[in-house]
Amino acid sequence: MPPQIKRLLPLFAAFIGLFLLVRHFLVPESFGEYGFYRGNSLGENAAKLPHYAGKAACAECHDDMAAFLASDVHSGLSCEVCHGPGIDHANYADSIGIDKPKGREFCGLCHSLNPARKKGVVVTVDLSDHNVEYDCIGCHNPHKPTELKEP
Amino acid sequence: MKSRREFLKAAAIAGGSVLVSSMFRPFNAVVFAANEPANPTDIWYGIGIDIAKCIGCGRCANACKSENNVPREPFFFRTWVEQYTIKNDQSVKVESPNGGIDGFTQSVAPEDIFKTFFVPKMCNHCYKSPCVQVCPVGATYDSPEGVVLVDQTHCIGCRYCVQACPYGCRYILPDKGVVDKCTLCYHRITKGLNPACVEVCPTGARMYGNLHDPADPLMKFIKDHNVRVLKPHLNTGSKLYYNELNEEVR
Amino acid sequence: MVQEYAHLYDMLSKVQGFIYPNELPLHWGILIVLYPYITGLVAGAFILASLERVFKVHVLKPTYELALLSAMAFLMVATLPLISHLGKPGRAYEIMITPHSTSAMAIFGFVYLWYLMVVLLLEIWFDYRRDFVLWSRETKGIKRWIYKILTLGVTDLSPKTLEWDKKLGYFVTVVGIPSAFLLHGYVGFIFGSIKANPWWSTVLMPVIFLFSAMVSGIALVMLIYMAVSYIRKNPPDIKALDAIARYLFFVLILDFTLEALDQIHRIYEAEESFEIISLLVSGKLYITLFIMQVFLGTFIPLITLGVLQLYKPKEKIRKYIYLVISLLVLVGIFFMRWNVVIGGQLFSKSFYGFTSFKLQLIGPEGSLMAAAWIILPFLILAFLLWLLPPWKKHAEEF
Repeated sequence: MPPQIKRLLPLFAAFIGLFLLVRHFLVPESFGEYGFYRGNSLGENAAKLPHYAGKAACAECHDDMAAFLASDVHSGLSCEVCHGPGIDHANYADSIGIDKPKGREFCGLCHSLNPARKKGVVVTVDLSDHNVEYDCIGCHNPHKPTELKEP
Repeated sequence: MKSRREFLKAAAIAGGSVLVSSMFRPFNAVVFAANEPANPTDIWYGIGIDIAKCIGCGRCANACKSENNVPREPFFFRTWVEQYTIKNDQSVKVESPNGGIDGFTQSVAPEDIFKTFFVPKMCNHCYKSPCVQVCPVGATYDSPEGVVLVDQTHCIGCRYCVQACPYGCRYILPDKGVVDKCTLCYHRITKGLNPACVEVCPTGARMYGNLHDPADPLMKFIKDHNVRVLKPHLNTGSKLYYNELNEEVR
Repeated sequence: MVQEYAHLYDMLSKVQGFIYPNELPLHWGILIVLYPYITGLVAGAFILASLERVFKVHVLKPTYELALLSAMAFLMVATLPLISHLGKPGRAYEIMITPHSTSAMAIFGFVYLWYLMVVLLLEIWFDYRRDFVLWSRETKGIKRWIYKILTLGVTDLSPKTLEWDKKLGYFVTVVGIPSAFLLHGYVGFIFGSIKANPWWSTVLMPVIFLFSAMVSGIALVMLIYMAVSYIRKNPPDIKALDAIARYLFFVLILDFTLEALDQIHRIYEAEESFEIISLLVSGKLYITLFIMQVFLGTFIPLITLGVLQLYKPKEKIRKYIYLVISLLVLVGIFFMRWNVVIGGQLFSKSFYGFTSFKLQLIGPEGSLMAAAWIILPFLILAFLLWLLPPWKKHAEEF
């Protein structure tokens, strides 16, 4: 065997050996458990904290409001679509409150006139024309919107 | 000599039987096994969106940002809503101002509109996902339940997956330098809660469910409607089924 | 953070048509334009060197070591723009520890290591070993120690051992040719295999990358040979320059043919992405593609070199022509990479609109940084030429 090979072969073998050794310590634990990824990542992704409580959680305490809501056209709505994320309020109702949206623009997000909003799916009004002096909730109870009252 | 012949014979039988038995299992492309759980009773998540019901309120996009701590600037979206306006001259106008979070105003005069509708977009949680295929380090993956997730402690921020996603679902978190995307609210669905977007949708246009359960409402949705996925020619195995997906939608 | 968003808000105002909301910033910028450019120079320079060694084109002998050392200098810089562009450069090692077998990008660490250690380093070592031994005897001080270490302790200079140097070097070069193809071809595959992007997704992409790499590498060696000769006040061998120019001409024809084929095919088939790509090419890429890449970088060199095959002006004029042509080609191939990388991200995957790209001056993705990455290999080359001067190699004794 020529002296070049005699010198190079062990050098390369040592290099590869060192690489494999270092790799052994650097591969993260749980890698490859379920597939080509760090298995623990599944748990980490699942452990993130929710911000929305879900309608069922609201109904636990506010069952009367839930029943009231169910009697009119907003029955399909989740409480948090208007009131915002409520997990903190659900867990600490005494100390942490929840939002109540204000202003016409908020209702307009669903109900403003737009040709892409189909009749039968949602009622739309021209916000620049329809009772502009009042807030929407002046006449419409947000939990029972078809039952009008004097503003 | 005799024992060697015996050995070769045994090896040939073993090799041949492996080859033959492999023919009974459908050949999955070498580069990715279609990631469906082998056991049909295992849960396999899919998504349904009914375009007929979407009113473009943008509550889904808004809720997603709140739920998942996505930066509020208009450059990072796990989900967003697009408005398509097809005019009488057949030109198509598409817009998504701040992902639809602030709602939509129609700038085209009603008499010029031929057709207009809203299309919510999100990660399709493909089961032949090109983003999973191209990640060089295994930082994005298909969970056993069919949710495509990101391992942000392993991601090196090379952005290959961002380039590979045909639907534009991925973005880079500005301060972390790693990739982020819709997780189907994995942290919620594993606790029996709805994803935030599904939870707040006022018309029930968005739904998710178990594609392995014939009784699942998602399966009924798929059965009762003409559903389509986005860019089917790319064979991504998208599990996001749209009802009334118009031809112009990309 | 606020400045970052100011830049993005500005880009938002420049959106034409519709883009997916996440598509606003370009994720692969000038650094990713540079990476294939640099590895292309490496591959191309190496192929030129192997022309002499394996295909016995002896007229190229004066450029052999120069080409090898240039390849080495550029290879050492190649990874740097890549790593510095990562969102988490500190985790770059993961690509060697958990390489995903379905990802073309995962090949990077191993192909790079293989090419560096087994091909380039070994070939240079086999070629220079005799000189390391002799230089270690002739010099003093730190240089003496450097040469001693570089011999790796193999100081045998018997004819049989020297013959082994030649044989092993030849073998390494033969292995090096497909390795060079792999080193640069996989970059083309990284782009060519993205079905989501129709500007990138073509079967021809790895081949086009390879041929444009060879073009740029040959032009680089031509340029460096003339520059080094000028600095050393030692006139370059005109026959070598003529030979290099001839190879440049033929490879340029092949490269142009492939790129033209790709575009003709695209225009003819006119599938879904055709309209948006036509707008891209005639609009945002007009200057970088038609003017810089095609006209200045391909047409002018092709016609000039073509004429030179039939009629050769005086040596002095030819040298100036070669100088200008090699610079034009190098600039043209840079813009080819630009058009592929940047161009592919300018249009939306919805095919409904465009975003914009503005090259910053300062910052890790700025043009000053890019210039630094381009200049650095020349500095390394200068060092290598000081340490391993090809013109001071000991003449063959047999």
